[in-house]
This record gives sequence, structure tokens and C-alpha cells, in this order.
Amino acid sequence: MDKLNNEILFSRLKDRFPDTILNTDEPYGLFTIEVDKSHIIEVLEFLKKDEELQFIYLTDITAVHYPERDLSIGVVYHLHSFVNKLRIRLKVFINGGNPEIPSATVLWKGANWMERETYDFFGVRFLDHPDLNRILNMDDMEVFPMRKEYPLEDPNRVDKKDYFFGR
Amino acid sequence: MTNIKLGAAPPGVEGAGFFATSLDKVIGLARANSLWPLPFATSCCGIEFMATMGADYDLARFGAERPSFSPRQSDMLLVMGTIAKKMAPVLKQVYTQMAEPRWVIAVGACASSGGIFDTYSVLQGIDEIIPVDVYVPGCPPRPEAILDGVMRLQEIVKNESLNRRNTPEYKALLEKYGIQTNNG
Amino acid sequence: MDDRINIMANPITKITNNTPVYTDNDPQEDLITLNLGPTHPATHGVFQNVLQMDGERIVSGVSTIGYIHRAFEKIAEHRPFYQITPLTDRLNYCSSPINNMGWHMTVEKLLQIEMPKRVDYMRVIIMELARITDHIICNGILGVDTGAFSGFLYLMHEREKIYEIYEEICGSRLTTNIGRIGGFERDFNERAFAKIRSFLKRFPAVLEEFAQLFDRNRIFIERTSGVAAVSPEKALEYSWSGPILRATGVDYDVRAQEPYSSYEDFDFDIPVGTNGDVYDRYMVRNEEMRQSMRIIEQALAKLEKEPKGIFHADVPEFYLPPKEKVYNNMEALIYHFKIVMGELETPKSEVYHAVEGANGELGFYLINDGGRSPYRLHFRRPSFINYAMYAPMSSGMLLSDAIINMSSLNVIAGELDA
Repeated sequence: MDKLNNEILFSRLKDRFPDTILNTDEPYGLFTIEVDKSHIIEVLEFLKKDEELQFIYLTDITAVHYPERDLSIGVVYHLHSFVNKLRIRLKVFINGGNPEIPSATVLWKGANWMERETYDFFGVRFLDHPDLNRILNMDDMEVFPMRKEYPLEDPNRVDKKDYFFGR
Repeated sequence: MTNIKLGAAPPGVEGAGFFATSLDKVIGLARANSLWPLPFATSCCGIEFMATMGADYDLARFGAERPSFSPRQSDMLLVMGTIAKKMAPVLKQVYTQMAEPRWVIAVGACASSGGIFDTYSVLQGIDEIIPVDVYVPGCPPRPEAILDGVMRLQEIVKNESLNRRNTPEYKALLEKYGIQTNNG
Repeated sequence: MDDRINIMANPITKITNNTPVYTDNDPQEDLITLNLGPTHPATHGVFQNVLQMDGERIVSGVSTIGYIHRAFEKIAEHRPFYQITPLTDRLNYCSSPINNMGWHMTVEKLLQIEMPKRVDYMRVIIMELARITDHIICNGILGVDTGAFSGFLYLMHEREKIYEIYEEICGSRLTTNIGRIGGFERDFNERAFAKIRSFLKRFPAVLEEFAQLFDRNRIFIERTSGVAAVSPEKALEYSWSGPILRATGVDYDVRAQEPYSSYEDFDFDIPVGTNGDVYDRYMVRNEEMRQSMRIIEQALAKLEKEPKGIFHADVPEFYLPPKEKVYNNMEALIYHFKIVMGELETPKSEVYHAVEGANGELGFYLINDGGRSPYRLHFRRPSFINYAMYAPMSSGMLLSDAIINMSSLNVIAGELDA
């Protein structure tokens, strides 16, 4: 049995999911695949439960906002297989106007807070999440601050003199 | 010969076994040398406070032997670390619960003015919600700087009037912040 | 919610005779709602747990965090790469050099800069010293929470010695901003090495004294042994990492799994516990401190063999030239201008790099678009992910056990909220 590397991983994924893997890339040795929203839970489950792959550890879930694209929000999953010493990154691009994606809490309980953070910052609704509330920002905040259209500074400040800041 | 400098006694009448001075000097001395802190430590400045409380810099020799986490039993509120807008009502409530006389030291850049975090979620200085007596700059300030801040507060406390809480300026100040007291 | 007061929405600003402070129900038939935090005794940081209690036993709890949310990820999108280092300091401020080095290594991975071995070994020394400082705080505060204050005082004195080492190298004590992308800003001088050696001579005895106070102490063992035991499967479900995961029995350490900064050249053990309770976590952290000292000794020995004077990689496009050259040499001036103004050619790609922070796997996910600042920078923060299990874990525990559990998780508020 060859040691699992990115080629074998890719071929296993292609055999199992012949037409759901949209794009692949390998930036800096970390195998990255782009998956469609409707198949993401199947792919994650396959990666977690397969005997050879064993990507049992969910490292992180986060999101990126590309406002100029059609599918403007990308949800990024990082998984890690300890026995094979391999990581994989999965990206799912969803519509920024109504971002919804199935929740990974059915597979990992640790996804709970990671998804809450992603919801808090980007507004991504994770379907069937047990408790999708804001976690870091104030509960009554209406905007999703990490999206590119929102400014860093508090827009309601009155005491900052533009003259001193060169504006 | 010792090189320890003794603090100057306040002006008064001395005699065999007694020393008479005015009441506010005595109370001022008593208050200044027994300031019990309420360490409101939120972030990195809190770790420098732990170093200040430790054996090397020892805040206890300034009278702060009992850091109390109960607002009712403490004299000075040491706000150390960034105060986010989510935390601001908590800080205001803690300050309101403190019994007179009470003083506030804003330790660190974040408590004084928001520090390097000019963002939508950080309160740009605690003096937006509570009155502050001493600001200690630094990010984080060295323990010597925190001790210097406490010593400056001691000077303020020694020279303050006993009836500060009833003076109209103080009442107007608390009015400005929207903090109501029932003169306790 | 009937006549219970929602404290956060209506902060009590005036206590009068009519302010309701209790209900008329029989307290022995009701569950009490206890608000633990956000202002915490024992300086753990600002996070809140609203607990439903049946007497002394916790029935359920809800954690609310975000009381020190400083929007690091949003700030990072507006700062050039070298200005993000002071931000990373303030993530886990008890061991800030590890965060700094992790960020520098992430950018070096992006730019594909090869580091000289000497720089790697210097980084290893700094990171292991930082790991020792963080474990000193955690174990010391665990002692304070169980009622034993002296151990904390003895260890804090050692922490001052490590602060002196940092001061000698980078000038500041706590939030160090140590190093540069490409190495260090200056070489370690003789005084720094002397201080590191004297620390290595002193600290083992102090650590043994501290361990003697706690390891076989009957009260400590009764308070911590068997408390909050976690199985390795559950820990992996919740994506735990760091000493608390190793205390459950899983030997996952990023330094061994994916060695960075020449950790593969070092010979060290990874301490692993058996039942994941608070006592195991305490023992794992103590042993990790001893292993860190072993690594530092090996690093000092290896530094003797390397050619002297190299403290940064030879990448003039990304490493600021020394100021004397900037004022005299044209190329240095041009490089200086390009680096500071952000006219660098950086690859438009994405990179994920993880280091073993004191609390677990600290990851940096950087998406670069070739501009001056990152397009997206995400910190995979171990405290945040570790703390998610706290509320489910504490149901059924006594309140005092829940406090000890929180101490041993070593949740640093800066890293929790970012």
C-alpha cells in the first residue's frame, strides 16, 4: 500500500465522486478541491469515514468574500488526517445574496462554533445547525462585518477629526 | 544609616504620645495608603498586572494587599485591557456598584483611548462611559508604570476633599455620564 | 422569561427599594440561574457562562463570548504584512513570540523563502521559552484556583527572568513583536545567551519545587483527579488540540506531525496523559516545560556549530535592509522604499500554516491577492475551538469542578475572541 499522497487522494475522490469535483489545485502542497454545495456533506463524510483516507479531524471552517464574482461567498473547510499526515482543503462557493449551506455539525460537533463564527462574520446560514446565533459580535448587530463592503472603523464616531488623519 | 526616605508627616501639633492634625489629612493618608484595587483585567495589560502583583514588583506594599473582585469592597477600579462595546455595559454596572469613595485608573492604551484597535467593536477609551482619574499609557505599560499610576492616584487621594461626593462638580460629572447614585 | 431580569439588556444603574432582586418561588424547587462572568475573579479573561444550577450542581450552561472582540481579521485586511505582527502578539498574549513566529513562517511559506538553520534554531529557542511562560501561567493559576497561591508567586519570578531575555532580544516584555519576516532584526548578543543559560540552570530546580508542592499533594489530587475526564474520541469530535488533547491520550503535536523551523533536528518527547482529567492536563503541561528546556539546551548546542552572525535570510526584496545602508546605498534605498510602500511582487495564492501554540494548533490561513495587505487572513485559534466543549462538558458537574475545568483549559481571552 503506497503512502497516501495527493495523487492517490485525488484518484480516490474522482473514483467516488466522478462529476462533483469542480476544480483542483495544490497551492504549497495542500490539496484543494472545489465542491458543489449540494454534495459537500457527502464528500466530507466520505473523507471522514473512509478506511484509507481517515480525515477524522476538522481543523477549521471559515469563509471568504469575493464581491465581484457571481457566487461571491466561499466556505472553506480544512481537514486533517493524522495517520496519513495529510491535509485537504475544500471550498464551496455559494450565492452571496442568500448564502445557505448544509451544516457539518452532523459529522463533527466541533463545527458548531466554527459555523457560528462564519455566520456572524459573513451571514452564511448553515441549515440544520442547532444554535445559529451571533457569537463574537453584539447580538443586536444587523450587518455582517467581514464582508468587503463594511468599513473597519466605527462609522458613527464623531470625535475623530478628519483633518488630523489627512482626509 | 538607612537610605529609606520616610514620607513627610502632615503639618500638625506634636506632643508626648499624640499627634494632632486636621481630619482630612488623616483620612487622606488612610485612604491613600490602603487603596484596595478591583482588577478589571480583560487582556494583555492584565498579565502585566499579574506581574505587578507578583513578588518582583509587589503592588501590595502600596496598600493594595487585598485585590477584591467585589465592587462594593474595593476603592479603585483598575481597568486593564481593551473594553469592547459588548463589555461596556458590564463595566458601567461594575462602576455604578462601587461604593464611594471610588477612583478609576485606565491602564494601557486600549483602556485610555482604544489603543491600536480603531474598529467597529472596540470602545475608544473608557472615559466615554465612566469618569477616569489616572491614565497609564503603554502597550502594555511596564509594571513600574502601573506602580507610578497608583502613586499618582495616591497623591490625588491625599489631597481630595472628604466631601467630594456631594460637591456640585462631581455630581455634574456623574450626571454627564448618566450614572445615578443615591449618595451612598 | 417571566420576571427574571435580563441584565445585559437593562443594566441596573440605580438600586432602589423597588428593584426586584428575587422571585417568590420556592428556591429549593427551582433551578437557579447563575451568571458566571464576564468579570471574573482569578483573572482568566472575559467570557461569560450563564449556568442553570440545581443547588451546587450545574444542570446546563450557555457560553457567551465576544467581550473582547477586537476584529483582528478585519484589521489584518487593512495592514501590510509587517504590521500584522503586532496584531498577532495580542492573540495569545501569554506566549506572544509563538504567534509572531507562526505569522512570519506563514508569510515565508507564501514567499517561498528558505531560512538558514541558525535562524531556525534561534526561533526554536524563543518559541520554547514562550511555551514555558504560557504553561507557567496556566499551572500557576490552576494552583491559585485550588487555593494554593505560593506556587504561582514562585513561578512568576521565573517568568520575570524570561521577560528579561525577551527585553534583551527585542526590547519589550509581553507583546514582543519579535523577529521579522525573514529572520530577526538583530543577532542575539552575548548578554542574551548568558541570560538564557542562567535561566536554564535555574529553572529546573524551581519547577521541581513547584511540582513538589502539587504533584503528590492530597488536596490537589482530590480536587483535580477524575474531574472533567474526556475520552479521546470526544476530544477529536470537538477538534481539540494541544496539551488538553494530549492529556486524553492522542499524541498529536504539530511540531512532530509537520515539523517547521527545523524541529525535526531536535530530540524531544511528547507527554501524553491517560484519562484527560484536570490532573492529567496539569502533569502534561509540567512535563512539556521540562521537554522545552531539553529542546532549548539542544538548540544552544547546535548554535555553537553554526557559522556566527547570520540572523536573517538573504532576501533583500522582503527583509528591511539596515538603516546605515539605506542612507548610503542606492539599492538598499530602493528595496526599503518598495518594502515599506508595499510594491512587492507576492504570489497570488493561498497558504495555511500551523504551529504548535501553547494551547494547541495555531493556524494562519492567508489568501493573498498580490496587494499590500492580505485579501483574507483567518486565524485558527485553539482557545476558541477548545472552549466550545466547555458548556456541554459542564452539565452534571459541581460548580467548583467547573471552575477548575475552565482553568485547566487555559482559555486566553485574546485568542478566544480575536
